[in-house]
Amino acid sequence: MTNVLSSEVREFATKEYQYGFVTDLDTDVIPKGLSEDIVRMISKKKNEPDWMLEWRLKAYRGWLTMKNPRWQNVEYAPIDYQDIIYYAAPKPKKVLASLDEVDPDVLAMFDKLGISLAEQGRLSGVAVDAIVDSVSVGTTFKAKLAEVGVIFCSFSEAVQNHPELVKKYLGTVVPRRDNFFAALNSAVFTDGSFCYIPKGVRCPMELSTYFRINTADTGQFERTLIIAEEGSYVSYLEGCTAPMRDTNQLHAAVVELVALDNAQIKYSTVQNWYPGDAQGRGGIYNFVTKRGKCAGVNSKISWTQVETGSAITWKYPGVILQGDNSVGEFYSVALTANHQQADTGTKMIHIGRNTRSTIVSKAISAGHGQNTYRGLVKILDSASGARNHTQCDSLLLGGDCGAHTFPYIEVKNSTAQVEHEAYTSKIGEDQLFYCRQRGISAEDAVSMIVNGFCREVFKELPMEFAVEAQKLLSVSLEGSVG
Amino acid sequence: MMLQIENLHASIGGNEILKGVNLEVRAGEVHAIMGPNGSGKSTLAQVLAGRENYEVSGRVLYEGKDLLALSPEDRAAAGVFLAFQYPVEIPGVGNLYFARTALNAVRRHNGLEPIDAMDFLALARERMRLVEMDESFMSRSVNEGFSGGEKKRNEIFQMAVLEPKLAILDETDSGLDIDALRVVAQGVNALRGEGRAMLVITHYQRLLDYIVPDVVHVFADGRIVRSGDKDLALELEEHGYAGIAAS
Repeated sequence: MTNVLSSEVREFATKEYQYGFVTDLDTDVIPKGLSEDIVRMISKKKNEPDWMLEWRLKAYRGWLTMKNPRWQNVEYAPIDYQDIIYYAAPKPKKVLASLDEVDPDVLAMFDKLGISLAEQGRLSGVAVDAIVDSVSVGTTFKAKLAEVGVIFCSFSEAVQNHPELVKKYLGTVVPRRDNFFAALNSAVFTDGSFCYIPKGVRCPMELSTYFRINTADTGQFERTLIIAEEGSYVSYLEGCTAPMRDTNQLHAAVVELVALDNAQIKYSTVQNWYPGDAQGRGGIYNFVTKRGKCAGVNSKISWTQVETGSAITWKYPGVILQGDNSVGEFYSVALTANHQQADTGTKMIHIGRNTRSTIVSKAISAGHGQNTYRGLVKILDSASGARNHTQCDSLLLGGDCGAHTFPYIEVKNSTAQVEHEAYTSKIGEDQLFYCRQRGISAEDAVSMIVNGFCREVFKELPMEFAVEAQKLLSVSLEGSVG
Repeated sequence: MMLQIENLHASIGGNEILKGVNLEVRAGEVHAIMGPNGSGKSTLAQVLAGRENYEVSGRVLYEGKDLLALSPEDRAAAGVFLAFQYPVEIPGVGNLYFARTALNAVRRHNGLEPIDAMDFLALARERMRLVEMDESFMSRSVNEGFSGGEKKRNEIFQMAVLEPKLAILDETDSGLDIDALRVVAQGVNALRGEGRAMLVITHYQRLLDYIVPDVVHVFADGRIVRSGDKDLALELEEHGYAGIAAS
C-alpha cells in the first residue's frame, strides 16, 4: 500500500517544520465568535436538516454550562472562544461532478503535502478524504468502495445521504456533553469523515483522512464516525498538518467508532500539527476526544497513535468494552520537543465478560518538552474474567524535559487481572558513546535508540505509515543532542 | 608505527587517573596491558576511543595523525575499535541491524558504497561462526538479555564485522567461564594479522594462555611501570602486582 503522508515526495533533511506553508485559497469565512446564531449559520451553510440543527443547539446550550477543564498537566493561557472563526471553507468554483474538478490550487496544496488526490496516482491502495479547514474537499475511490457496499464520504454528505445511519450512531460513543471540548465540537463541527462497513465486508483498502488547517484564526472542529457492522474489518489512517503561525490554533475533534459483533476497527494516527517554534510561540492546541465502542461480542478496536506535532496534545483514545470477549488496544508514541506539552493516554472501560485490553505507551521528551501519560483502566462488576496489561515507558533526552505517569485503576470485579509496568530511562551517555564508537554519528545514534524504544508501537502501524513515523521522529529530534 | 602514545595524562573531576602513559604499538603486534583494579587501564581504553568526560593532555598519534583531535565516530571510521568491558543494551534495535548500520557508517566515511542487507547477512553468518554465536542473536535487540559471555562474544562479532586496524579489548575475559573464554580468544586469534594491532587489557594472566601477546606491559597507578615479553605475564602470576611494581 501507499500512504497519505508519502515519503518519496519529501525531503526530510531540513530541521524546520516542513508543512508550514500557507496556500492562498479563495475562502468562505464567517465572522469570529460563537453564539446560537453562529451555530445556526453553520448548520444553514451546510444545508442541514432540522434534527441536525437541534442536535447542535442542545450541545451548544450544554457547553455554555460547562467549564474549560484545568486538571490536565499542561499549561496554556485561557482560550478566548469569541476570537475564533468557526467556519472557513475553500470556495468551490462550481459544484463538483467528480474529483477531477477539485480546485487546482487545493490539489496543488495536497500535492505539496505529498498526498495525491488523483485516483490514478500512486495512492492506489488508499482512499483519502481530504479536509481543509472546515470542509471536506474531496474523497477518493468512493465508487470503487461502493461496489462492496462501503460508504466513505465526508460527514456533511453522510448527513444528507445517510441520515438514518448518522442519527442512529452520532453521539452514542461520545455523548454531546461528554466533556467541554466534545460539547463545543458537537455544537460547531463542520465536517469530518464518515465510514460504514457493511456486514461481513473486509474493506478492500485502507481508508484515510488528511486534515489540513490553512486559514488563520480558525478552529478546526471535525467529527469522524466509523461503523463496522457484524463481521467486518476496516483499517483507517489519519494524518494532519498546519501552517506555521505565531498564534495558537485550536483543533477540537471528536472521533467515534462502533464495532458490532465480530467486527474489527484499526485506527492509526500520525499527528504532525505545527508544534510551535523553538521558543514555544504558536502551534496547534490538539484537544481531541476519541473513543470506540466494542458494542458486539468478539469485537476489537485498536488505536495506534504517533503524536509528534502540536503545541499541546490532550487526548485519550479509549475503548468501551461492552461486548463479551471484546478486545481494546492502545499503542502510543508521544514525542515532545522544544516547548511542546502532551497529556495523553487512554481509557479502557471493561463491561463485558472476558474482555481484554492492552496499553503500550512510549513517551519521549526532549528540550523543554513535558510528557504525561494518563490512563484509566476501569473494570466494572459485570466484567468477569477481564484482563488488562499496561506498559508505559518514558525516555528522556537531556535534563530540561519531564515525563509523568498517572495511571488510574478501578477494579470492581475480583476475577479481573490488571498489570501495570512503567519505567523511565535516559538516553545514556553510555549508549551514545557505544554507538559512536562503532562509527555511528550522535544524531543517527539518537534516532536509532529512539526508534528502538518505539518499536513495539511502530510494528502496529501499516508498513508505510511506520516508515513515515520513524522519519518524523528523526526530524522532530534533530538538534536534540547537544 | 600504528600507535604512539606520549606522556598521556587524563583526569576526571580533578582526579588524575592517567599519569603520563608512554606506549608504542606496531601493526601486527598484540600488546597486553595488565594491572590491578583501579590502576587506570580502562581509562586508557576509554580515552583512546574518545570518551568525552575526561580532561586529556599529552599526545597520541594513530597512523601519524592526532587521534585526540578526532570525534569517537571518526576514530571508529579510521579503524579504532573498542571491545567494551560493559557492553550496553539498546532495546528495540536489532543486533544485526546495529552491526550493519555501524559497518555502513564506517564504509560511507571511507568513501565506500553501503553493503546491502543480503550481502551483509552472508558476512554476518560467517563472522558469527567465528565466535560460535547462534543465529538467533541476529534479530535480538543489541545485548538485551544477553548473558555476560554472550555480550563479550557479541563485541568480538562486531569487531570481526568492522575489521578495525587497532582493536582495544577492555577486560574481554572478565566474567567469562573457561569455555566462553576459549571461544572469545579463538575469535580474537582469527583476527590477528599483519595489518592489525591489538591492545589486550586484562587483570588476569589466564587470557594470555589463549591470546599470546608479543609485548606485556604492567600498568600501575596511571602509567606503565614495566614492559617485557610474554614471560612477564607469568612472572606477574607468580609474584603478584605488588611484587612487580616494587622490583
